[in-house]
Amino acid sequence: MISHAMNRRALLGAVASTGSAAAICTLFPDWARAQTMHHHPSGAAPGSAPDTTSALQGEDIKLSIARTPFSLGKRTAMATTVNGSLPGPLIRLREGQDVRLHITNGLDVDTSIHWHGLLLPFEMDGVPGVTFPGIRPGETFTYRFPVRQSGTYWYHSHSGGQEGTGLMGPLVIDPADGERIAADREMVIVLSDWSFTAPMEILRKLKIAPDYYNFRQQTWFEAPSGKPMALPDKLKWGRMRMSPADIADVTGATYSYLVNGHAPEAPWSGLFHPGERVRLRVINASAMTLFNLRIPGLPLTVIAADGSDVKPVETDEVQIGVAETYDFLVTPGDRAYTLVAESIDRSGMACATLAPRPGMRAPLPPLRKPPLLTMKDMGMGDMGSMNGMGAMDGMDHSMHHGAGEAEAKAEAKSMDHAGSMRMRDPDNAPGVTLTPGVDMIAPMPVDRTGDRGLGLDDVDHRVLVYTDLEAPGPRRDMAPPTREIEVHLTGNMERYMWSFDGQRFSEIVEPIRLSHNERVRFKLVNLTMMTHPIHLHGFLFDLVNGKGDRQPRKHTVNVLPGGFVAFDVTADAPGDWAFHCHLLLHMMSGMFNVVTVRPLEDEPGRDNAAGDVA
Amino acid sequence: MRISLACALALSPLTVPALALAQTGHAQMDHASHGHAGHDMTGMAQPAPEDDGQSHAGHGSNDATTMPDDHHGHGGRAGHHTMASDTGSDTSAMAMPDSAPVPHAPPPAAAFSGPAHAADQIYSPEAMGEARHMVTHEMGGMRTTFVQLDRLELQPTKGADGLAFEAGIRTGGDIDRIWIKTEGEGEIGSGINEAEVSALWSHAIGAWFDLQGGVRQRLREGPDRTELAVGVQGLAPYMFELDAAAYLSTHGELTAGVSAEVDQRLTQRLILQPRVEVQLSAQDISELEMGSGLTSLEAGLRLRYEFAREFAPYIGVEWQKKFGATARYARAAGEDPDRIVAVLGIRAWF
Repeated sequence: MISHAMNRRALLGAVASTGSAAAICTLFPDWARAQTMHHHPSGAAPGSAPDTTSALQGEDIKLSIARTPFSLGKRTAMATTVNGSLPGPLIRLREGQDVRLHITNGLDVDTSIHWHGLLLPFEMDGVPGVTFPGIRPGETFTYRFPVRQSGTYWYHSHSGGQEGTGLMGPLVIDPADGERIAADREMVIVLSDWSFTAPMEILRKLKIAPDYYNFRQQTWFEAPSGKPMALPDKLKWGRMRMSPADIADVTGATYSYLVNGHAPEAPWSGLFHPGERVRLRVINASAMTLFNLRIPGLPLTVIAADGSDVKPVETDEVQIGVAETYDFLVTPGDRAYTLVAESIDRSGMACATLAPRPGMRAPLPPLRKPPLLTMKDMGMGDMGSMNGMGAMDGMDHSMHHGAGEAEAKAEAKSMDHAGSMRMRDPDNAPGVTLTPGVDMIAPMPVDRTGDRGLGLDDVDHRVLVYTDLEAPGPRRDMAPPTREIEVHLTGNMERYMWSFDGQRFSEIVEPIRLSHNERVRFKLVNLTMMTHPIHLHGFLFDLVNGKGDRQPRKHTVNVLPGGFVAFDVTADAPGDWAFHCHLLLHMMSGMFNVVTVRPLEDEPGRDNAAGDVA
Repeated sequence: MRISLACALALSPLTVPALALAQTGHAQMDHASHGHAGHDMTGMAQPAPEDDGQSHAGHGSNDATTMPDDHHGHGGRAGHHTMASDTGSDTSAMAMPDSAPVPHAPPPAAAFSGPAHAADQIYSPEAMGEARHMVTHEMGGMRTTFVQLDRLELQPTKGADGLAFEAGIRTGGDIDRIWIKTEGEGEIGSGINEAEVSALWSHAIGAWFDLQGGVRQRLREGPDRTELAVGVQGLAPYMFELDAAAYLSTHGELTAGVSAEVDQRLTQRLILQPRVEVQLSAQDISELEMGSGLTSLEAGLRLRYEFAREFAPYIGVEWQKKFGATARYARAAGEDPDRIVAVLGIRAWF
């Protein structure tokens, strides 16, 4: 509960001083130090802008994992670090090269590194128990794979919640034949969340008291969202045993939100020359936090999502899910700017300064009011407003805009009484096992790829939605999907259980089976009240967002509450692949499964890389 | 390169199989998978049985997607792409194929071939087995243990000040847990004069409730009782926390207890908690100074301040009433069967 009042004051004070805190922290890798000028090596072609000064590159890269003290403010705790830094070192590869990454485990427990978003042989993917055995204490494991793509990615541990204690870092791959869109300078922006409470302890607290970290609830005397709740609404939410203020499980009450390892009190800063085209490579490497990212006064031109180029599209704010990456092109003028990444529940923020000269600061905007969930987030379609809530009764609501099909469906439902609008009607999701881990089944989930992220509906500037994203060229595989696999995102907030189709991975679930090279459509239906960033390892999928053959490629997709998202994927990489919610504690509560692609190639000298034609 | 390949695909549906295979660079592989699958699904020569689903999808939504029926699997690629190249980058025209319904179908046979665990082919199956066991447990199998001190309170009265406590330890997973619960009351000076300890196995029976069963031991100034306990505990609509149980003693006595409490947040940390607890007995048990029917009721209102979620002192007031024969027993023992007491206590867990 620090965050709100106290931090804003502390922040403003700190912002007025300089970012000298960097000096006391030896943990930052060169690229992430405050006041870093990410400059080109002289003579580099504009557009390539590689940060060769501090990045790890080449054919052989050595990383060592260790416990290292990490300080924020006056507190110090042990972080899990890569080469002694948090975030880990920037790894810079080139499309077409081969790479060997030698990871030495200096911990007393197993570790692993997963190369997030990379297309590689499954046995190099780095998920213990799924694609390899993990890296034992004292061992060195060598990952080797050809680099088959370009863009902004990242890496993180897939063991024991270690990514929540610092084991993550940026990974940038330069295209073999130069960037499509030239920039004069680039900055790598790694967003993360840090708590002095270990992830497993945070999870334990949530299992005991699921609202443990939520200090922005609707109370009798307080309406943090600005909208006091009428008694009938209070009763209706109470009847459902849910809270409309249930936006984030873990909040600014325990998290400090960081940019490149720096807290807002002593923000990271990046320097530019006025008028330069600056490429921001933004990575949400946090464990549990979706961010609303904006730079007041500076429009953001989105040029890539999850590492893959998109047709440039200008916007003012982006909700970035955990594990998503976005590349933005900005052209700052001769003034300082603040990059603001507000947590989705607005209980805290990460920020950075972008300025033409060291020491310059821009004002830090205050945290905005926290959002509240609406009936649409409950999967009631778009039928009732918050105040309406009448949708619960199935009858007395008025429908607003909405797809014709959805309206018809809604009408049909309200006709046959409240029955099908019940909150836990198994008929509304036949694929779901109605276990104690399922506290609701959204009666009428709708396609929300065109919707703004939670809480951004009423901001008065542009907000990126998935339907804005369009690939610059036709997609790789023109085949239509031959079958659809529907996966329901399920949970029970009261018990803090999360699952797919009602079953936790620990219940030994059936894997999702694909046959080699078949093209399938995944439809992810969110039956919970939270936004889940869902990640499929080993593939880039085509997001079904109405762009036809120009569907954007992604590796992680936010599924809004009460909504669904579909993506098409060609199963061109045989093996076993993790598939999970990238909210660390949702994954560790069971929202995880394995996607298998068979048959494996059985000839010796198997070469996965050949499976994908560039 | 990609585009020219795509154009070739568009031009000649007949060359599609070869090209598609070339595209994957795994001619052999793909043949194998075709062989496995059989198969109506990707078979190019014969019309696929799930024709209906596919052509329905096409016809139903958009003329553009109406493609020759023999374009399934790889054939479908060609048909689809013809359209794609016709419309160029006009995305609005492409919108419908995007969202055209795709049939649900089981995985092709090929998806079931090969080893259960791919990594076992590359790494030591023993090491993989161990890691698999760990990851399976890690993704949802967490066990939680905590100690809860629900009430530890002082009830100041004219005579000896009263004491009451209610505490528990819970350990286990999401579905099955063990609860040890204890509660009791006494007086400052004379100590605990009435207490009980239950050991319960708890099993989730729905989203909100656990079924609990086990034994309860009553420890009193008078004779002890060992009882079989069966009950439910959970969250009722309107956020009432409910704990109800019936007890059958080794003497054949049947009793029951129900408690309900609800947290009303006044602010983020100031919480008002109405709480009601009733005790029932099926028979008169003179040994335990208990009459039949409704024996006692406690209705309280506690106001706590959560310095941390784990630690909250509170003040409150409670109406304690005994009924019928139970009240008469109490009167005989010199107690007031109907009184209102102030309470002062702490709630904590760790």
